[in-house]
Amino acid sequence: MTMMDRNTPHVCDLAVIGAGPAGMAAAVTASKAGLSVVVLDEGEAPGGQIYRDIERTTPRRSAVLGEDYVAGGALAKALREADLTYLPRSTVWNISTERLIDFSRDGGSSQLQATYILVATGAVERPCPIPGWTKTGVTTVGALQILLKSAGIVEESAVLAGSGPLLWLVAKQMVDAGAPPVAVVETTPAGRMQAALPHLFGALKGHRYLTKGLKLLRAVKAAGVPVYSAATDLEVTGETAATGLRFTSKGKQHLVSANHIALHQGVVPNQQVTRMLRCEHRWDASQSCFRPVTDARGLTSFENVYTAGDGAGIMGAVSAALQGRLAALDIATKLGKSAPERADRLEAALARDGAVRPFLEALYAPAPAFVLPADGVTVCRCEEITAGAIREAVDLGAPGPNQVKSFLRTGMGPCQGRVCGLVVASIINERRKTQMDETGYFRIRPPLKPLQLSELANFKPLEKLEP
Amino acid sequence: MTRGAELTADLVIVGGGIHGCSAAMFAAQRGLDVIVVEKDTVARHSSGVNAGGVRRLGRHFAEVPISQKSMEIWYDLPDMVEDDCGFQVAPQIKVAENEEELETLAARARTLRGMGFEHEVILDHKEIREHLPAVADHVVGGLGSLTDGFAQPYQTTFAISRRAKRDGARIFEGQTVTSVRRDGADWIVETAETRYRAPKVLNCAGAWAGKLAGSLGEHAPVEAVAPMMLVTARLPHFCDAVVGATGRPLSFKQMPNGTVVIGGGRKGRADTSDDLSEMLFPELRLTAETAMDLFPIMRGATIVRSWSGVEGRMPDDIPVIGMSGRHEGLYHAFGFSMHGFQMGPGVGSLMAELIATGATQAPIAPFSITRFA
Repeated sequence: MTMMDRNTPHVCDLAVIGAGPAGMAAAVTASKAGLSVVVLDEGEAPGGQIYRDIERTTPRRSAVLGEDYVAGGALAKALREADLTYLPRSTVWNISTERLIDFSRDGGSSQLQATYILVATGAVERPCPIPGWTKTGVTTVGALQILLKSAGIVEESAVLAGSGPLLWLVAKQMVDAGAPPVAVVETTPAGRMQAALPHLFGALKGHRYLTKGLKLLRAVKAAGVPVYSAATDLEVTGETAATGLRFTSKGKQHLVSANHIALHQGVVPNQQVTRMLRCEHRWDASQSCFRPVTDARGLTSFENVYTAGDGAGIMGAVSAALQGRLAALDIATKLGKSAPERADRLEAALARDGAVRPFLEALYAPAPAFVLPADGVTVCRCEEITAGAIREAVDLGAPGPNQVKSFLRTGMGPCQGRVCGLVVASIINERRKTQMDETGYFRIRPPLKPLQLSELANFKPLEKLEP
Repeated sequence: MTRGAELTADLVIVGGGIHGCSAAMFAAQRGLDVIVVEKDTVARHSSGVNAGGVRRLGRHFAEVPISQKSMEIWYDLPDMVEDDCGFQVAPQIKVAENEEELETLAARARTLRGMGFEHEVILDHKEIREHLPAVADHVVGGLGSLTDGFAQPYQTTFAISRRAKRDGARIFEGQTVTSVRRDGADWIVETAETRYRAPKVLNCAGAWAGKLAGSLGEHAPVEAVAPMMLVTARLPHFCDAVVGATGRPLSFKQMPNGTVVIGGGRKGRADTSDDLSEMLFPELRLTAETAMDLFPIMRGATIVRSWSGVEGRMPDDIPVIGMSGRHEGLYHAFGFSMHGFQMGPGVGSLMAELIATGATQAPIAPFSITRFA
């Protein structure tokens, strides 16, 4: 078993969890300011999901994935060159109220005591519970893209179905990789563009994103990929394995045959760490998700714990890096260091980069059917619990997600509710006719990720630190 | 409900755990008008988050008669509450890892037989492997109570609360009792929302019960503790019994879905001021080691979840059950010290009897609150 080597610190000023854009940028800035920084990341290499495997990309893969992906290379390089401790393959599985971090690396677990923690754990895909979504061959658009980034593998003959910018980005990338999707089935409801239009003027400040989005759309259509819009009543066909996707579009029922069906309804903050720390969270109606409550620099309600990037609310990779740097500056200042860059410029850039968001959020808000599935649809995949069973538990008197969890085991499986949590909470909320902030969310308990029992037996906690 | 409203009943129970809800159900079935006041939600703390062991095995000798009575109720409980409660009859077994431990267990079984209880039996080297085929080679035998069992704690307590409501009890959740005081022959139980009036009050407030007793001049040193439990990913079926160890703390059982729940008394951090508990994983290293030592199959197990909850523990590790030592019409049932789940229906039944009739045949003298006076 490999434990941390002798040169690995057990104490640091700042522990950064996650090496995506927010984590990398924060770590580099904090290190420039003279802080002792440890970066803990699950990946083999820096980049997070958005820049996954950026250091090993080939010219061909870069051409397919585009310039926004390639831009992550500079951040990864800066991380490698910075004076800090970068620990890849590290899974944080618990954080105590004293900011003692339990993490697993190369088969052994140890502890790191941090004065400040930046949670930069990014986003997860919103669950897409539709009839048949648990069948073999159904995946997410994000998972398809990970294959593309890390292995250059393109899933042949896949249907992409759902809503949001990533749907079009991956469709275009598949076209460029020479394996266009069988079809793109867009579920953005009719009338959404009118709802989003009031935000268009503000969004023009972020016209680069709008232009990019339109280009993607045009390129996919130009490649001859069939595109169905305002699709409803999606259902995966097949016995145990997917054979196709059935849906209604423009009043007509369609059945597209395919063995791979990739679903997507946008991304939402990965709340696991901030929930485990019992940081205050609030419902963001525009993004249709919970996000941790923070100040302008990312400080949560938990003393000395910050969050930046999509984990703090979905803003994308460019904003994530800016937020990471702002959080690092704030922490550096609190530790009495002088700031290595100007916060006001970062703030201005952040405002510019975020201008497009209200437009995108109004356009791509998930259709109600994905948030409040019909009774027969499985919601919790780990324990195979349907939406109807959740409604019945509420009718019996279970007042919230944690009682429903105790009663039905929703959220008790290996995913700890990461997949189903938002849908479970939304169903309860609708049934009880309350507000999401009142309904709340699962209590998240360690370990955040599955942990070998043998590893716990050999766990090496820190000796009591000298005061 | 507007402030100033007053609700009256025959009995107000403070605390909506398994003891409060069971007492409410049995008292309502005896015709009493019952109100339960719960500061959070039914089964929020130890009643909803314990390991679910329905165990007579290894109890303090003073508890054995009540535990025995409670077991009889457990067998009928699913029918009574019209919910299966996840209850299954299963052996509870304490394994002996050497001859000395086995002799300790044998001596206990002899003492129990002397008291007239036959439910705990010694299992030899061969017999224990009939019940626990996956047990480690070094295990020499054990003590078993073969018709104990386990249940789903939240499901059970929630079902009892619903049965109590159908029997006429009123349960008010999300109301914290701010004071209990005398008004003539009645007790006034105040919450921020409502005032409750009844001639009788039952304190089933768990880890918070000591504070309530103290406010009425009765000393009960309840310590808030947070027992910790680990849950593994599903494993192939290998164990039907609920298992404990003799020389080191462990409780261990495989659920019908294949997950294994590992507990055993190691404690996390409990905080009654914010009702929260925190896992302390370094404390669980030995628990993990013990589980792997006793069941080699566990070397490949993965922990997917943990939990703990706030529980009330008495210094002598047995509960407070019975009448107040100071006040007419005040009763206590709390401080079950991490082993109250199985006792819930039995204690609920005897408290209902005591409150409704003024007496009970159950031997509750050892549990009087006056032992701390």
